[in-house]
Amino acid sequence: MPNNSILLSMKHITKVFPGVKALDDVSLDVKTHEIHALVGENGAGKSTLMKVLSGVYPHGTYEGDILFEGKHCTFSSIRQSEQAGIVIIHQELALSPYLSIAENMFIGDERAKFNIINWDKTREDALKYMERIGLHENPNIPVNKLGVGKQQMVEIAKALAKHAKLLILDEPTSALNERDSQHLLDILKELRDKDNISSVLISHKLNEVAAVADSITILRDGKTIETLDVERKKDTPVSISEERIIKGMVGREITDMFPKRDNPIGDVLFEIKDWTVQNPDNPERKKLDGVNIQVRVGEVVGLAGLVGAGRTELAMSVFGHAYGENITGRTLLEGKDVDISTIPKAIAHGVAYVPEDRKEFGLILIQNIKENTTLAKLKKISKASVINEHEENIVAEEFCKRLNTKTPTILQQTGNLSGGNQQKVVLSKWLFTDPRVLILDEPTRGIDVGTKHEIYTIINSLAAQGLACILISSEMPEIIGMSDRIYVMSEGKITAELSGETATQEEIMRNILNN
Amino acid sequence: MSGLIAILKKNIRQYMMVIALAVAMVAFGLLTDGIFFRPVNLTNLVLQNSYVLILAVGMLLCTLTGNIDLSVGSMVCFIGALCGVMMVDLQWNPYLSIFLALLCGTLIGMWQGFWIAFVNVPPFIATLAGMLIFRGLGQVIMKGQTKAPFPEEFQMISSGYIPDPFGGATIGAVHLHVFTLLIGFLIVALITFSEIQKRKKQKEYAFDLLPTGIWLVKVIFIAAVLAAFTIVFAVYKGFPNVLILLGVLVVGYQFVASKTVQGRYIYALGGNRKAAELSGVKVKWVMFWIYTNMAILATVAAMVFTARLNSATPKAGQNFEMDAIAACYVGGSAVSGGVGTVIGAVVGGLFIGVLNNGMSIIGISTDWQQTIKGFILLSAVAFDLYSKSRSSKVA
Repeated sequence: MPNNSILLSMKHITKVFPGVKALDDVSLDVKTHEIHALVGENGAGKSTLMKVLSGVYPHGTYEGDILFEGKHCTFSSIRQSEQAGIVIIHQELALSPYLSIAENMFIGDERAKFNIINWDKTREDALKYMERIGLHENPNIPVNKLGVGKQQMVEIAKALAKHAKLLILDEPTSALNERDSQHLLDILKELRDKDNISSVLISHKLNEVAAVADSITILRDGKTIETLDVERKKDTPVSISEERIIKGMVGREITDMFPKRDNPIGDVLFEIKDWTVQNPDNPERKKLDGVNIQVRVGEVVGLAGLVGAGRTELAMSVFGHAYGENITGRTLLEGKDVDISTIPKAIAHGVAYVPEDRKEFGLILIQNIKENTTLAKLKKISKASVINEHEENIVAEEFCKRLNTKTPTILQQTGNLSGGNQQKVVLSKWLFTDPRVLILDEPTRGIDVGTKHEIYTIINSLAAQGLACILISSEMPEIIGMSDRIYVMSEGKITAELSGETATQEEIMRNILNN
Repeated sequence: MSGLIAILKKNIRQYMMVIALAVAMVAFGLLTDGIFFRPVNLTNLVLQNSYVLILAVGMLLCTLTGNIDLSVGSMVCFIGALCGVMMVDLQWNPYLSIFLALLCGTLIGMWQGFWIAFVNVPPFIATLAGMLIFRGLGQVIMKGQTKAPFPEEFQMISSGYIPDPFGGATIGAVHLHVFTLLIGFLIVALITFSEIQKRKKQKEYAFDLLPTGIWLVKVIFIAAVLAAFTIVFAVYKGFPNVLILLGVLVVGYQFVASKTVQGRYIYALGGNRKAAELSGVKVKWVMFWIYTNMAILATVAAMVFTARLNSATPKAGQNFEMDAIAACYVGGSAVSGGVGTVIGAVVGGLFIGVLNNGMSIIGISTDWQQTIKGFILLSAVAFDLYSKSRSSKVA
């Protein structure tokens, strides 16, 4: 290592959102000439920290200091941080799909004189940067003709064109296959060694992190847990094991947040067999590949995995084919094939899906509790298509009482309720359809601890009534605490089936990452 | 008093239009020395605006989904032309012709609904295409000529009045249409009764109630206004046929929109299409039927208009779509969809109609009328957005 001077130093960063402390006294030091990995669970604060750094959250909206090349930074926009030499590449690529590689590379920084673009110079410069990272393509072809891996490289070339000194890559390999990932990581190493460009690598793929990172900072619950230095002797990898990183990531203890459940578990009620689904945005890629799942009467089955593993897609494709293309596979209810290929059919057969994003997919925010509660099965309270408002009121009142929804009246607009109460209305809506199979997708996301506990209690009582529940959650304590069995999903496949009683977070994480 | 202001603030959008309509009518009454309130003028007001109001009823459903239908004006022209060919050129039976026109309108609606619902052509584009297509076809059919005159039976749609089986009654110098009075007061009684029932139920559920005083004022106001208009019509020739048609449509559609599963689906789709779809609403079919329905109502409006003019012309129906759309937005529809009522759209349409009529009597030129209507549409929607952003800030 040539020198060990500090390139970037973020000191005691605290960032508060209304009601949430997203970052709590976080510090991060990146040396020149290094690849620094930033790891942590979803919601640990990695993205927030990078948004603070790049000026998305402008100076003054957070506490703490940022020093870059020894100078104090007070960025108030991405443009300013880029001028200083910090370039962030987001998980969702920020390329304009119908513009060419060269055009994309110089967006906002056009090779122009008097506002007239010099196309020869544009092409020439583009080729120069593309050469440096080994992207051998015609700079005139539109980027949507490139694969995801090459698009990622265009992003890096674009960053180089901005004279980046520090690259921040947010999950750059999550959409890439093994070979493209390797190629990308090699580029990062090369940039470090030849061009003296440091990188901050945010990644869930710990094998990658262990393989390329020079140091690793672990965040958990908005706090810095530790920074590990990786000593690397010439080409002999890994002085730090994945296990070691995982321990830091999930190190919290499970309290008795999760009420016990002791109802008997019955026969298999619902099965998904050989479920394969194509990604509608990228037909070459299978989003789900031969998934087999079964859930019994009175059982809660957890689906663990990282964001993007395909859990939501599995739930939505099963629930009335609400996601995906070329869906193949079987769904069975009580051992018999059942047609739930449209949402009305799924509802009629007693399959219900409580979606992940309750504001976007779960509720009609401009309508009141009553209207939301009955929407999925209006038939139950209507005769010859005319809604019986008296019955509707009774139903809505009942559910508010049963789930302890806090509201002045059932005529309250759901947009004005708190997250927890909104979730209870979504639950009401689906319980009103008399489901036998209930799929819960991140049912406690963004909900305070007390209401979380209430929702767990509700899930337990539903299981006790004989419902078969499938619980999707990115919070591992929740999955472990609530599930009788756990399926681990990774990249569209089930990679393990664990018992809820004996599973540990380390075990789940290992099964996610060992894919 | 502060309670009253709070109630007004909460329901400001609802009351605003009714108040504005009342103010406009009173103002024109004063400005025209009472000409405005003469029975013959009020009857004219209904006849002049009936087709726009019929269109507004259908358009409301489109605006509930966050969309509009631009083709209805051209459809009025096309259907008018069709009726002209059938009844004037070919001398077909008017009832058969009406039936065939309705059938044709339904097919046109299904055609547009198909592109919108199943091919996902944005409604703005699909109906813009319809606007060009049906204006063009209408002119092709008419070959630039005007078709007239229509048979008596057909004209009666617009120029007829309901019969009086009681033969009328004369009190002093005034001749009264008894059947009109009877229907009018029956409606007043029904509305009063249903308001009382509704309040009883609301009490049962302990919903937010209007204070008794305000509620009473509201009910009495509605009853008094309806009774007054009934008397005005009874003094002239009775209720026009069109008014009855319009009344049936408004009540029917208000019922469907507010009380039925289908209506709920439309509001749900407009409020959040994805959430509605995930709740089992067949959103494509809902869109299909909304646009089919719009075309059927456009057909009805076309016949009312053609019957009123007693001729079909190539220019018929121009800008009707704009009037109908304006009526919906002035009447409280949200541009983003999911909010609005049939009654609101009708009140909005009446407001515009009253302005047209009143300004014409005063002698304001149509150029200025256009301009003023434009400002009113703009301020109504701006006010809507303003009051919404304020209420969201409070919450």
